[in-house]
Amino acid sequence: MTSVREIFDTMEYGPAPEGDAAARDWLALHGARFGHFIAGGWTKPAGLFDVSNPATGARIAQVSQGSKKDVDAAVRAARKALPAWEALGGHGRARYLYALARTVQRNSRLLAVLESMDNGKSIRETRDIDVPLVARHFYHHAGWAQLLDSEFAGYHAAGVVGQIIPWNFPLLMFAWKVAPALAAGCTIVIKPAEFTPLTALLFAELADAAGLPPGVLNVVTGDGDTGAAIVAHDGIDKIAFTGSTEVGRIIRKATAGSGKKLSLELGGKSPFIVFEDADLDSVVEGVVDAIWFNQGQVCCAGSRLLVQEGVSERLIAKLRARMETLRLGSPLDKAVDMGAIVAPVQLERIRSLVAAGTAEGAEMWQPSWACPQDGCFYPPTLFTNVQPSSTIAQVEIFGPVLVAMTFRTPSEAVALANNTPYGLAASVWSESINLALDIAPKIKAGVVWINSTNLFDAAAGFGGYRESGFGREGGREGMWEYLSPDRAVPARENGRAARAAAKTARGAQARAVRRAAELDDPDRGAPLVDRTPKLFIGGKQVRPDSGYSIRIAGADGRVLGEVGEGNRKDLRNAVEAAHAASGSWSKATGHNRAQILYYIAENLAARADELGRRISALTGGDGAAEVEASVRRLFTYGAWADKYDGQVHQVPLRGVALAMNEPLGVIGIACPDEHPLLGLVSLVAPAICVGNTVVAIPSERAPLAATDFYQVLETSDVPAGVINIVTGAKDTLAKTLAEHDDVDAMWYFGSRDGVKAVELASAGNMKRTWCELAPRTWIDSREGEGRPFLREATQVKNIWIPYGE
Amino acid sequence: MQAKTEPALRLATSDRSAREERARPRLTDDHVERNPGTALDLDIVRALRVNRSAVERRAATIPTRRTVKKEWQAAWLLRAITLIDLTTLAGDDTPGNVRRLCAKAAHPLRQDLVDALGVADLRLTTGAVCVYHSLVATAVEALRGTGIPVAAVSTGFPAGLSPLEERVREIRASVAAGAQEIDIVITRGHVLTGNWQALYDEVRMFREACGDAHMKAILATGELATLGNVARASMVAMMAGADFIKTSTGKEGINATLPFSLVMVRMIREYHEATGYAVGYKPAGGIRSAKNALEYLYLMKDELGNRWLKPDLFRFGASALLTDIERQLEHFVTGRYSAAHRHPMV
Repeated sequence: MTSVREIFDTMEYGPAPEGDAAARDWLALHGARFGHFIAGGWTKPAGLFDVSNPATGARIAQVSQGSKKDVDAAVRAARKALPAWEALGGHGRARYLYALARTVQRNSRLLAVLESMDNGKSIRETRDIDVPLVARHFYHHAGWAQLLDSEFAGYHAAGVVGQIIPWNFPLLMFAWKVAPALAAGCTIVIKPAEFTPLTALLFAELADAAGLPPGVLNVVTGDGDTGAAIVAHDGIDKIAFTGSTEVGRIIRKATAGSGKKLSLELGGKSPFIVFEDADLDSVVEGVVDAIWFNQGQVCCAGSRLLVQEGVSERLIAKLRARMETLRLGSPLDKAVDMGAIVAPVQLERIRSLVAAGTAEGAEMWQPSWACPQDGCFYPPTLFTNVQPSSTIAQVEIFGPVLVAMTFRTPSEAVALANNTPYGLAASVWSESINLALDIAPKIKAGVVWINSTNLFDAAAGFGGYRESGFGREGGREGMWEYLSPDRAVPARENGRAARAAAKTARGAQARAVRRAAELDDPDRGAPLVDRTPKLFIGGKQVRPDSGYSIRIAGADGRVLGEVGEGNRKDLRNAVEAAHAASGSWSKATGHNRAQILYYIAENLAARADELGRRISALTGGDGAAEVEASVRRLFTYGAWADKYDGQVHQVPLRGVALAMNEPLGVIGIACPDEHPLLGLVSLVAPAICVGNTVVAIPSERAPLAATDFYQVLETSDVPAGVINIVTGAKDTLAKTLAEHDDVDAMWYFGSRDGVKAVELASAGNMKRTWCELAPRTWIDSREGEGRPFLREATQVKNIWIPYGE
Repeated sequence: MQAKTEPALRLATSDRSAREERARPRLTDDHVERNPGTALDLDIVRALRVNRSAVERRAATIPTRRTVKKEWQAAWLLRAITLIDLTTLAGDDTPGNVRRLCAKAAHPLRQDLVDALGVADLRLTTGAVCVYHSLVATAVEALRGTGIPVAAVSTGFPAGLSPLEERVREIRASVAAGAQEIDIVITRGHVLTGNWQALYDEVRMFREACGDAHMKAILATGELATLGNVARASMVAMMAGADFIKTSTGKEGINATLPFSLVMVRMIREYHEATGYAVGYKPAGGIRSAKNALEYLYLMKDELGNRWLKPDLFRFGASALLTDIERQLEHFVTGRYSAAHRHPMV
């Protein structure tokens, strides 16, 4: 035993262990063997696998490998519980969510200790960060349940949801998934990560004790196979996943064409940008919170340090000094900064990536103190002399490893920050408000922290851009993930309607070709002047690369004209044109975009007669009404252009979190076959209204409405490249666009096969998709326009701005 | 803690050419080479950046990231006793209560507790006794033979707005009366108006008046409006030759806090890295609990290192703190919670 007298001289820290007796008692109560928690009770433990404490390697429990049968049982229980849970209403569910929040608070230390034992993260973090955020999440969503009817009128629960969560924040991710789903009225089948299932099981038991009806929350443990069974299950309406981009991509493919709603929160390689006027000592602590929080096993970890060249040397010196004082050790020690890595396999991954970094010539630095050899520990690590081309600068390490690079100018900082397939989070450090607020919107990331990092709150949405996934968790924006519009026709009926529509379409094409209607004008002595509709790319009419045309027949089977048969090269050119236009269009003011939308409407109205006749000829429907509706629609989005405001979230700090609606970038739009003009306008207008540029594939059956429409665009001051129109075989073109890695989102209105192909192809760059099978009543403004369209056209970026001098 | 790279700041010393010839100032386990000050470098002062929210976030985790238990806690609390400037600064101070304070400074812990803790050989005392000028002579007399220095608050404490010559005279008088440490107050107005030259000149003048007595510069952080001002005032005071920088008089609305302290110790580190001179730190006012005192020790250890846990580089300005430490130490020894009346009063 070290004596008081000795310590007086050395002034070292000593052990300060948090007791684990209560957590061990709880495990012992279950014989340290767990079944699944389904329909309000435990199943018999079966197919057991070990759960270990990563700090010691010791087995602390065994849990069951969920089989397809187990998942079936859980989905059945959830399905059975769904009607009553939904019918309970917002207030009833709010009471349960409130009870869950209180339950978490009452059992906070037990949850914190168990989490630390299971995951290896420090008790300080579970006690001060994870568990309080969990309670906060339930409180906040008790509120959304209470307000559901008034704030989300016209929406209902998405149904039975399948949720798969990672091991880095086991209980917090559980809360992020469960709370909004319960608030919305969904019932749940959730699978915690195989490394860290214990707090989810404890929570299920606590929720049951709090009176949550059986079947509302079902926890099935297991590995990736269990997850796959959930993803593939027919009885699930929505999948929510947090984890690696690799698995997210598999899930995207697996659910393609299934009609399941999907939200994915995936990996990141988030930039941490330091300008020369930053408070460097605070930056150092920011880095500690960014990359050494939870041993760097954080999807939004600030793992790429980008420092302005002039202060780089100073900052690196300060960082190294700080790394020397970090304390790493037993996660249950109350005086450590860092605990254990979750599992040997993860430790191995970190080691091999660090080795790769060193081999590629980067300079590795670790503090002089010794890292514990027993258990899964890895010291804080800093790489300098790293180039963007290095493996460690590109790959998500998911460990306590920081890579540092320098930049010269703000624009170079942005370029480096965005030089990644990911887009989850970013930190920006500068004492200049002008600089910080200029940079934040330029970074492709769902969350930007100004002079701070890793701040989370239930009131602010969290989620990624690009390959970091789509969908948001937290805040109003997060609730949409668990709600469906009341108008949506159930997926199966959708299918029938779509098949019927496809049959009609085929019928139209199959009809015998008759003489071109336009050339057969009885009122004129001479034939009309021949017209050649082209593709519309980069503000110019261009001939299709293929050199082929497609004959287009009207409703009566007569040929009305020929349109170009667009191919992949035309799409490539169109996407390039859209990108070229994207920068200035997204920065144009709402007022400016509104003027252009109104001007399109004005010019369309001027040609209403001609276009109306054309549409009537094409579809046999009321063309005049369709043009009139299109003019109104353009007015609608002219109106919205300067009104689709973001929000200022009430987060618990002295500061604000600005939830900004940002455009997605370049959207590919495969328009519905019905309503060749109105369908196009209804989708293109909201997309460009908020600053996107588009590549539109018009109705395959009746593209002439679109090719006439580009003449309207040409006279309406639409900047070149903002709207591009490529005619041709819709599904083929849509698939090419969905595959295109520089297209940010894909909208598809058409057949089931087409939906599936688009959703499958979108997995390439994890672009957001919006696919519908059932024809909408486009003419009806309640179905054809409004906020839901704008939501699809935007992604929410939360910019956290703490302030105070 | 020392950076391996070049110092971030290059400060000109008052006698630059001579200074450059010299080796880095000496800082050993038992010796601190006094800070002679440097020339006032406004580029450095004006370039200082402090982000309040980030400082507050870091400060908030100092008590939650660190703790000491059992033997470690007892040892750390004993160390804390040696760092206390046991203070009385009341209008009704008399030789009687000052003599009582001095006796307590010389015997801060009940002998049975000292023995039970096995630290008799340390001959624990507080770091100093701190009084007004008129009581310096009394304290010097009462502490004769204990080795405990007397500190005098000075320069028109607490507001520091009396005529400059009088403030300087006050320092000289206290030094003549036997004070080995002088706690001066700065003119807050110089900070609030950004008149760094005036602040520098004033503190320089005080330092010269101190002679061999060590000078602690009280910034009155609670009256400086912003953490940026606290940082700039800290740096100017060190450039002007302060041996210690100190938060408060104890008379401001807000006294010592962890965020103020974090900013000031970061400046001490910056100055040390640049010049090699180690300047001490003294939080004062409002530190009453043993737990709070330990938090300051975590801060010093993690930000500046163990060397700043000794009385020549760290002091608490406090009085009630000692009683709480005694209670906690008795609890460690007996396992029972203690009461204030069981310990000889300050």
